[in-house]
Amino acid sequence: MSDATSNRRHRRNPMTAGAWPLLFIGPLMLGVLVFYYYPIIGNFYTSLTKTNAFGGNAKFVGLANYADLFARNDLKSATLNTLIYTALVLLAVPISVVIASLLELPNLKGRSLYRVLFFMPYLAMPVAIVQVWRLFFNGNFGLLNQFLKAVGVQNPPYWLSTPGAVLMTVVVVGIWASIGFNVIILSAGLKSIPKELYEAAAIDGATALQQFRTITVPLLTPSIFFLTIMQAIGGFQLFDYLYAMLGGNNPAEASSRSLVSLFYQAAFVTQNRGFGAAVTIFILVLVAAVTALQFWAQKKWVHYV
Amino acid sequence: MSSAAKSWRQQLRYWPAHLVLILGGIVMLFPFLWQVLMSLSANVEIQAVPPKFIPDSPQWGNYVQVFEKLPFLSQFWTSVLITVVRTGAQLVLCSMAGYAFARMQFRGRGLLFGLILAILMIPGQAYLITQYQIIKSLSLLETPWGVILPGMFSAFGTFLMRQAFMSLPRELEEAAHLDGCNVWQVFWKVILPLVKPSLFAVAITTVLWSWNDLLWPLIVTTREESMPLSVGIATLAGQYTTDWALIMAASVMAMAPIFVLFFTMQRRVIEGLATSGLKG
Repeated sequence: MSDATSNRRHRRNPMTAGAWPLLFIGPLMLGVLVFYYYPIIGNFYTSLTKTNAFGGNAKFVGLANYADLFARNDLKSATLNTLIYTALVLLAVPISVVIASLLELPNLKGRSLYRVLFFMPYLAMPVAIVQVWRLFFNGNFGLLNQFLKAVGVQNPPYWLSTPGAVLMTVVVVGIWASIGFNVIILSAGLKSIPKELYEAAAIDGATALQQFRTITVPLLTPSIFFLTIMQAIGGFQLFDYLYAMLGGNNPAEASSRSLVSLFYQAAFVTQNRGFGAAVTIFILVLVAAVTALQFWAQKKWVHYV
Repeated sequence: MSSAAKSWRQQLRYWPAHLVLILGGIVMLFPFLWQVLMSLSANVEIQAVPPKFIPDSPQWGNYVQVFEKLPFLSQFWTSVLITVVRTGAQLVLCSMAGYAFARMQFRGRGLLFGLILAILMIPGQAYLITQYQIIKSLSLLETPWGVILPGMFSAFGTFLMRQAFMSLPRELEEAAHLDGCNVWQVFWKVILPLVKPSLFAVAITTVLWSWNDLLWPLIVTTREESMPLSVGIATLAGQYTTDWALIMAASVMAMAPIFVLFFTMQRRVIEGLATSGLKG
């Protein structure tokens, strides 16, 4: 035990004393200030400027970049591509619900092996694993087209150089890659459902399918809601899979861009930083609107116990 | 009836579940398996019609070529460096700040924490242009530090750690303070060991993101010798478009470290991610 004076000092709650709070939050806040708060303000300002062809010598141009943004067709196609991708990749959520409920069947054998298999795609480096998918979808000798030809499809599309088709290949990879994480979250949700509910339902003669519909799904809705939010936000960030799938010199590149690819192209390939910054503000508004919509809609379908 | 027999009968009743899970599992595993097989095939075998999955003789030379056509080792070390530094920095900085937000009283705490949460709401691209300009003005383009710096500070990690500290009973600290420990000692020796699962959750999410991320390093590095592996693979695939075997061998090696890491601590990774999801 320490002596009386220091004892008194400690009683004066050391957690509020002097420099400690500053010492604890200071390093993080400094970094956050420099690398996040300043950039978000800087980004907004950049969206009001125009730079020369080398990305320097910025001049204030007001809302010209935004006017440009809405006048150009590439924003329309990039928005449409992003929305289609996001909507379709959300299919991973119901698929994951089915997989997770099968995985959590009581006394299922091989559970941990299954779980690892479904989880592997989540670990894979997107640009590296997409190389396999590029071969799978390859127009000349890809497995998919070889299969399609074998079952009698005359001229299967060149998936990777046909504008709409590229997006579909990325949807497939996006779904494939996100099931693993979803299953982990849903499994945790499933474990928290009381077993007695199923026992009671079984006594009342409910079939497995009825139990799934009336117990499992409603009680999982908070996890499902969380995943649809995450999956939608992730969908709006589509870049890696698409960039890797298109590869270099792809004729379908321009028409297949997502919003983030449009941003990358504008800000860092053509060095039109002001326009690129305006694209990010557009993404920000769109994500906020869609997330707000989801939070509004959740009142109608999410059940909190 | 023995319990073993009973259990097998149950599995037999589960046959539709097993069928779905096995088929799904094959779909999940197949790209990895096929990639490894192709990395050991000759290019003609990869492009064969009908498809040829097993090479006549394993072409280990594909892996040798990776080191000849790509500064693979330097890219590998860049990836290791950026991942280790960012993870270490986040663990220290996020847990310190998270602790202050959870336990210390100071003016503006609510406001500052709100500002941290606001970072999470904003799509990451909105920071990149100015971050690039900062890194450029610090002359850190084409360096690992340029890639590392912004990612050392994480709002998500801070949030996660704050939640972890809030769930601990306050009596622990009070007792340690009475024993004469100062605030830092209490934090470092008493409190941090109690939130290991959350620390692990922060570590695993940061490692995965840092190793696999493409957009930021693509912006910051343009020279082959300064790229991390993600950008290296993208560049390689753009350069040697038809050299499939080479691309596959490089891809396998780029992904391997994460898988080795995962298989050595599988359980904790899955638990860690479940924590990060439930609290996030």
